[in-house]
Amino acid sequence: MSRIGVFICHCGENISATVDCERVAREASLMEGVLYSIDYKYMCSDPGQNLIKEAIKEHNLNGVVVAACSPRMHEPTFRNACAEAGLNPYMCEIANLREHVSWVHEKGDATTQKAIDLVRMLVEKVKNNKPLLPITVPVTRRALVLGGGIGGIQASLDIANAGHQVILVERDPSIGGHMSQLSETFPTLDCSQCILTPRMVEVARHPNITLITYAELESLEGFIGNFKAKIRKKAKSIDEKLCTGCGLCTTKCPNKKIPSEFNEGLGTRTAIYIPFPQAVPNKPVIDKTQCTYYTKGKCRLCEKTCPAQAIRLDQEDEILEFDVGAVVLATGFNVKGTDFFPEYGYGNYQDVITGLQFERLASASGPTLGEIRRPSDGKIPEKIVFVACAGSRDPAKGIEYCSKICCMYIAKHAMLYKHKVHQGNAYVFYMDIRAGGKMYEEFVRRAIEEDDVKYIRGRVSRIYERNGKLIVKGADTLMGGKPIEIDADMVVLATAGVASPKAEELAQKVHVSYDQHNFYAEAHPKLKPVETNTAGIFLAGSCQAPKDIPETVAMASGAASKVIGLFSNSELKRDPSIAVVNRMPPPTYTTCVGCGLCVTACPYQAIQLEDIKDRKGNVVKRAAYVNPGLCQGCGTCVAFCRSKSIDIEGYTSQQIVAEISALLNDE
Amino acid sequence: MDFEPKIVAFVCNWCTYAGADLTGTSRIKYPVNVRIVRFPCTGRIDFMLLLKAFDEGADGIIVSGCHPNDCHYTSGNFHARRRWMIFRNLIDFVGIDIRRVAFSWVSAAEGAKWAEVVTDTVGKIKELGPYSEYHQISKSFDGGAK
Repeated sequence: MSRIGVFICHCGENISATVDCERVAREASLMEGVLYSIDYKYMCSDPGQNLIKEAIKEHNLNGVVVAACSPRMHEPTFRNACAEAGLNPYMCEIANLREHVSWVHEKGDATTQKAIDLVRMLVEKVKNNKPLLPITVPVTRRALVLGGGIGGIQASLDIANAGHQVILVERDPSIGGHMSQLSETFPTLDCSQCILTPRMVEVARHPNITLITYAELESLEGFIGNFKAKIRKKAKSIDEKLCTGCGLCTTKCPNKKIPSEFNEGLGTRTAIYIPFPQAVPNKPVIDKTQCTYYTKGKCRLCEKTCPAQAIRLDQEDEILEFDVGAVVLATGFNVKGTDFFPEYGYGNYQDVITGLQFERLASASGPTLGEIRRPSDGKIPEKIVFVACAGSRDPAKGIEYCSKICCMYIAKHAMLYKHKVHQGNAYVFYMDIRAGGKMYEEFVRRAIEEDDVKYIRGRVSRIYERNGKLIVKGADTLMGGKPIEIDADMVVLATAGVASPKAEELAQKVHVSYDQHNFYAEAHPKLKPVETNTAGIFLAGSCQAPKDIPETVAMASGAASKVIGLFSNSELKRDPSIAVVNRMPPPTYTTCVGCGLCVTACPYQAIQLEDIKDRKGNVVKRAAYVNPGLCQGCGTCVAFCRSKSIDIEGYTSQQIVAEISALLNDE
Repeated sequence: MDFEPKIVAFVCNWCTYAGADLTGTSRIKYPVNVRIVRFPCTGRIDFMLLLKAFDEGADGIIVSGCHPNDCHYTSGNFHARRRWMIFRNLIDFVGIDIRRVAFSWVSAAEGAKWAEVVTDTVGKIKELGPYSEYHQISKSFDGGAK
């Protein structure tokens, strides 16, 4: 027996100016099952809420319809008020009389009639509501951070400093990421390594952080608070406990001509190598694809050399398993190579390099020990050209977006060049200078005014070689499109920032959505920038979009605070608007036939088929089971189900059919 | 009296419902004929509910959700789109006037677009007139509900 109360809000005059609220209340009182109805000036105010609470107690209401603003605004307010009066909050529904009626229609009979229709619709819905209890799931207070660049480092430290366990997984032999490759950072020109390495060391010796390098995520299963992660720890071919990091093996390795990833191919490394001097952990790994022992079956020089006898050539990949409650993705980005640009020589000109390669040239730990020397012959370039937006903001190249960091690092590169080659000339071809950020615009002005970097507004159409020079052809659009030709010694392309090569594969493993460029999608572009659409998985840094260091660090701390918030309770409560299968005891009582369509439809892998067995253990039936921790309540399964055995709490077929019937039968 | 069509809108909570809220917040006016039924996602919409609405006397229906790739639940709108492609062929085959169903994407930021979709649909349904033939068609369904 329904005992429903209807509460019509005037919202000051926002609703009552166009809707006859008194009439709505009057008509509502005549609806079947409605015991009480009243209109009031501000239902969300304390007296308004008290009105609802009093009515619930006085009339022993078992359903409430509040006709007010959008449920997206005050549904929680009114549901809480109901709960405080002892009514299950899910027995309260909101009719949207403001955004969907009074604000979009003129005053009149038809408008009031629509308001009445909406109230009737929700009254009929409430009759079919059932009390729901929030779902509680336990939380494992351990976080998994994927990616050991500055984003992952910051997130790990923040979470670990809050007292929680962190598993930090890095694909490369050392943490540090792209930031460790940089020479100096904008807009302060302080050395990147100097500010980064203390953090790297802190990670390595933090009691709450388990650092696993040279490893990748194998699989992630489970749901918020309860993930199971499998990590593949690739064989480093050394015993990490015995190795002292002396580096003798790297000097003896005969295989010395391998292009160094850390130096972006400008330097070389050995097959057993420590990627860079400040690496954390500072212990070598053997690159099995290059090592003579693994490719040809003999050598073992490192084994003979090692004073600690730490080389383990028979080591195999290890699979480590961890229970974690939250995951932070901080897998970073990459830059396009010069081979992406046919008009700039397809990567065939040695002296046309990327911005990241220039960082290595300018870095004191780089292949030239910080001197700006061109890769082809080691000469100091007298004329250097920087090309902004190489690939970025170019729909023809499939990259419509702005890579965001290039304007700033080009100014930095040009300044570093001028500081090191005083007599040299630096030119920058640009489309626009995007220097939004604290002290950023001033930094660019400094490059132009104090360091005499020549900025030319125009794009470069072609780069080709003539008499040992690189001819850069462009146009100066501020001079009426005057053609410009510069015979440069070296060209630096600010190539587009793109997603990590394996970003898509990882997104599919952890079930987060990603955009057409394989950057991970945040849950809301403005209000949920670090969350993903998968509860319990958060984003930090440039895996979401190209970002500079301060932004990455801020985002990482943001993600960490979300994780810490999640870990502040031993269990978490979730909205019970989730899918349920109409199963009841005895176990075979269900209309579910176990066809499994819902299993394939579910975007969250929340549904599985369960075997129902008799006492002898024979399978007598299969039926779907919804994991309440995983289900997000989208209802895709409901529309798929052929036998109507699965339904979604709060949006059941019964409720919706009642709404539709109520709407269309106003007599 | 002019014909005032009854139009039911089946919208998702995250995009179109919020978009329709924005229409209100922006005070953009549109015809009064539409009534919104809220769903968590367009993927939840069992299209038999469309027939239910016609059966109960709707003259037109709007189905609207997040743009492709913007679904709050990743892929619900793709299911809805695919389902609609099949379903429209089916109902077209049995004689239901598919011009009476408008399928569109309205994001949470497209308040003006929601007003446009409603205005267009109401105009179109007014031209088509009341959907009284539906019951003749549904009667001809073998084993139909009515």
